[in-house]
Amino acid sequence: MDEFNATDAHGSAQAPVLSIRNLHVAYGDREILHGVSFDVLAGETVVILGGSGSGKSTLLRTLVGLESPTSGEVILRGKNLQQLSEGEWRDLRQHIGISFQSGALFGSMTVGENVALPLLEHTQLDPATIEIMVRLKLNEVGLSGYEDYMPAQLSGGMKKRAAVARAMAMDPEILFFDEPSAGLDPIIAAGIDQLLLKLKEAFGITIIVVTHELASAFLIADRMVLLDKGHIVAVGTTAELQASTHPRVRQFLDRVAEPELSQEIDYLQMLTGEVPRPRQ
Amino acid sequence: MAFTENIGGATLDGLAYLGGLAKLGASAARAVVMDVFERRRLAYGRAMHQAMAVGIGSLPILSLITFFIGTILALQSAYELRKFGAMQFVADAVAISVSRELGPLITAILVIGRSGSSFAAELGTMKVNEEIDALETMALDPVRFLVAPKLLSMLLMMPCLTIWADFMGVVGGAVFGMAAAGFTFKTYIIATLNALALRDIVTGLIKSLMFGLVITTVGCQEGLRTGLGAEEVGRSTTGAVVKSIFLVIMVDLVFTAMFYVGIG
Repeated sequence: MDEFNATDAHGSAQAPVLSIRNLHVAYGDREILHGVSFDVLAGETVVILGGSGSGKSTLLRTLVGLESPTSGEVILRGKNLQQLSEGEWRDLRQHIGISFQSGALFGSMTVGENVALPLLEHTQLDPATIEIMVRLKLNEVGLSGYEDYMPAQLSGGMKKRAAVARAMAMDPEILFFDEPSAGLDPIIAAGIDQLLLKLKEAFGITIIVVTHELASAFLIADRMVLLDKGHIVAVGTTAELQASTHPRVRQFLDRVAEPELSQEIDYLQMLTGEVPRPRQ
Repeated sequence: MAFTENIGGATLDGLAYLGGLAKLGASAARAVVMDVFERRRLAYGRAMHQAMAVGIGSLPILSLITFFIGTILALQSAYELRKFGAMQFVADAVAISVSRELGPLITAILVIGRSGSSFAAELGTMKVNEEIDALETMALDPVRFLVAPKLLSMLLMMPCLTIWADFMGVVGGAVFGMAAAGFTFKTYIIATLNALALRDIVTGLIKSLMFGLVITTVGCQEGLRTGLGAEEVGRSTTGAVVKSIFLVIMVDLVFTAMFYVGIG
């Protein structure tokens, strides 16, 4: 069986909602992702784990069409992203929601206007209905009564929640999260994790999360993808990853620091771009 | 060899930049037209908001500056005209130079400082905060959503501000005319009206429209091309001001030459 093909709990194959095949992404001459492949099934939560510079944020940006791959395929809801017309992109983007690392709320609009924006632009709903929907979405993320606040008046955790409400505005089938708990204290971060679990349970949304927070990842993930320097090191359920003996997986999960570059040859290898040998 | 390569490279970069401006301007203009036809709800509100910021906000400082410019022009022309005993032509000199050149130019420079820089800073900050990415992923075109209202407001406000600048320049000249050239306010205004032909006003207004286009596209392009980090926002803002001033002067030269050749 192809190690990247996802299977459900009973082991039977299911059509993936997102399929990534041999994805290469580069910024100029520098390749960030070197042939990444994995699938995401409908309704599951997949966490893409990786350290800083592993390429996980680039991967997320490629999956939502903000970066173009140099080669390989991203198939989202049965459509190859590289072959979409402008109109097809517009349609597809109404079925996905993205919560950015910084929240990316529009600073010149109130929280309510932020959430209402996609509804105003993409639906023919009348203003009264939109107002009710905005209240519902804000209630879902625990921000009832904050419609008229400006984003600058909210705390970090509240901004993340408001961003989730905006990402949920069009009732998307797939939600992408970039570092949902970055910059938050542990209690607020745990609250965001609970929110993700609630969304998954209540709406059966497919959730793809990019993070480096292990505790959060193990709590919310059905499956995990571990990225290291643009390569996939491991794909599997949380239990499978916990049981993995792969040295990079162990290093990441056991929070072991990179080995010191103690010999001259290591420095030379580092300068020439080769990866130093891990020391025992 | 390196020298010629550098010149060639810089020329190509400059042309690519102008191409980018033309593309951005065309997309924004198309979005403005489409929005009017499709009766979109948001664009009008945002354009009105921008128009208030660009136009009404600039009025006090624009009035003051162009008033003084009018007085300075009157003083400068009187300096020569006095030698020929032709002080009655002060009104003509002020009227023509303000309406054809300094009214639109001073307005443009002021609007660059106030609005061109703020367009770049606003869009640059949005870029850094991932707000532009958020718009794209929500299937909202940043050009239609952010640039088009700015272009619409600028094209509406620049001619209005220019007319006002022309008027205040004339008033500034009139103060000197009344104080030192034997005019009354009424005779100064009559002399101004006699000196001006419609084409003087119209050429100034055509220039002001072109300046509005340049200021919006440069400010927005600099903002949208902002790199990562707060420092880059500052760089974009500076770039927007410097490039806008240079391009406004270039456009001014081209149009002045065209009017000179075309209609005298």
